[in-house]
Amino acid sequence: MQLNPGQRLRSASSEAEVIVIRAPKGEVHLTCAGAPMIPFEQAQAAGAAAPADAPPLLIGKRYCDEEGTLELLCTRGGAGPLAAGSRELAVKAAKPLPASD
Amino acid sequence: MNILTLLEIVAAADGDRVALGDRDTGLTYAGLLDLAARTARRLDGGEGTVLYATTASPAFPAALFAAAWTGRPFAPLSYRLAGDPLRRLIAAQAPALLVAGRAVLDLAAEVPGVTGTGPDDLLRTAATMPPTETAAPQDPEAPAVLLHTSGTTGTPKVAVLRHRHLTSYVLESTELLSAAPDEAALVSVPPYHIAGVAGLLTGIYSGRRIVQLPNFEAAEWVRLAREQHVTHAMVVPTMLARIVEVLRADGGGLPALRHLSYGGGRMPRPVIERALELLPGVDFVNGYGLTETTSSIAVLTPQDHRDAVASADPRVRRRLESVGRPLPAVEIEVRDSGGRPVPQGSAGELWVRGPQVSGEYAHASHLEEGGWFRTRDGGWIDEDGYVYVEGRLDDVIVRGGENLSPGEIENALIAHPDVAEAAVFGVPDEQWGEVVAAAVVPRPGARVSAEDLREWVAARLRSSRVPALIDVRDSLPRNEMGKLLRRVLRAHLRPAPRP
Repeated sequence: MQLNPGQRLRSASSEAEVIVIRAPKGEVHLTCAGAPMIPFEQAQAAGAAAPADAPPLLIGKRYCDEEGTLELLCTRGGAGPLAAGSRELAVKAAKPLPASD
Repeated sequence: MNILTLLEIVAAADGDRVALGDRDTGLTYAGLLDLAARTARRLDGGEGTVLYATTASPAFPAALFAAAWTGRPFAPLSYRLAGDPLRRLIAAQAPALLVAGRAVLDLAAEVPGVTGTGPDDLLRTAATMPPTETAAPQDPEAPAVLLHTSGTTGTPKVAVLRHRHLTSYVLESTELLSAAPDEAALVSVPPYHIAGVAGLLTGIYSGRRIVQLPNFEAAEWVRLAREQHVTHAMVVPTMLARIVEVLRADGGGLPALRHLSYGGGRMPRPVIERALELLPGVDFVNGYGLTETTSSIAVLTPQDHRDAVASADPRVRRRLESVGRPLPAVEIEVRDSGGRPVPQGSAGELWVRGPQVSGEYAHASHLEEGGWFRTRDGGWIDEDGYVYVEGRLDDVIVRGGENLSPGEIENALIAHPDVAEAAVFGVPDEQWGEVVAAAVVPRPGARVSAEDLREWVAARLRSSRVPALIDVRDSLPRNEMGKLLRRVLRAHLRPAPRP
């Protein structure tokens, strides 16, 4: 699907929800726990379940591709992983900064 | 992404944590989201900007997030402005809903397209309404906050901060719920200051309880910090100077305080050194940023402060005068007046770019090619990447072709034991083009002589920096945020005929 910053998506098979922070031009085949992600407004199909050993996505973490052109913020935790095509997205390393305002 | 999403995430992750106010009776994140949803319902059907021209209270975040929820820009205004200028700023934003106290509402009563409500009335009517059922729009390009720049050198401009600027700043500088449950931040900068807006958003996203002080007064700040066990605070330099005086006088200290950040103007080195001495257990952070850059673009960390204080190396020690290094997503470069990069270590104008940099005023982007924003601040960057800000380029004194920055001369003057405050500026001179002038406020009960101060500066700085004119005054002219108004001093001090 075509992704746009601000777009909200949910996993088809787990509790996970994300919001698009940065998106590349063109189509992205975005999956969560192995199933294509669905629009936020769409309800999950009945009986969908993520594999029991699926790695969790954590609320507040950002997930990126290697090039940094795709970035998603996890707004609700749930089973992952997130992947674009065949490539898994990684947690963006946190660079904690002291509060300045 | 909409700035409201930041609050939604925190409310979903830890809704029972206290977001605002007293640690026992304050508003929780879930409560604040609910209040914003009801306030959004109250705003339904209206159009245009949500103007907020009053002090900080729960109505400030409620109105900010309700505006974001309904896709309307939020514009905090200085309620301290005089009648006519404030009415003009309000009229320029019509159509609008104006949230303000009685005096400002009366002032704007006749302005076409503007409807008014008091902050308490806004919350009271919102509380009687059901939460909105409409989802917030998710256009990252939509204007979220319109801020008037302080305009110390001219007419204020309206900086446009879009949702993407604010959310980038929060996500790049803050981790979700990274604050411990006992942390509390005392916010005493007003809602119309960029640090008031940015501090609210980063405070919420990090899960740090916010204690609002509507009108800064140093003794009240100290009292509230002690009563509310405040662990974090942000102050502008004039506030810190006054807090230091209160603490010195009462000797009580601030036992809960762990973290004090300062910004919004040049910090005189003697003030920060006194504060470091008086509050030895506190982490100090210097943040440098502009309204147009969505708050901080560089920070001097607590470790930087400790290293500087402990070091015998003058290169490390002088970092107390720097604003630290750029944020990870921000680039800062030094360029000459023609926009060409200058050699490492040379002074010039600071240029900045990054996802949080707006550089945009109402109706016009001021970004240069490549997304760079010219700060109009002079400065330089040392070999370790520490940024030194010398002040507004308009304030640089050009004496006989030599560029002098007021800051170092002010530091020398303030270091004098009888001097409380000093401001340095250029005045026209037939021989030199400009000469150095200084306005000096003596400490209470002290007397200073111009001759004595000239000798003091001459013993510390090169002779070109010695003020030719010295004006001893009771106070310095400042705007309501404590920013020095050099143009007022310049107009007051006419150059004397040369002997």
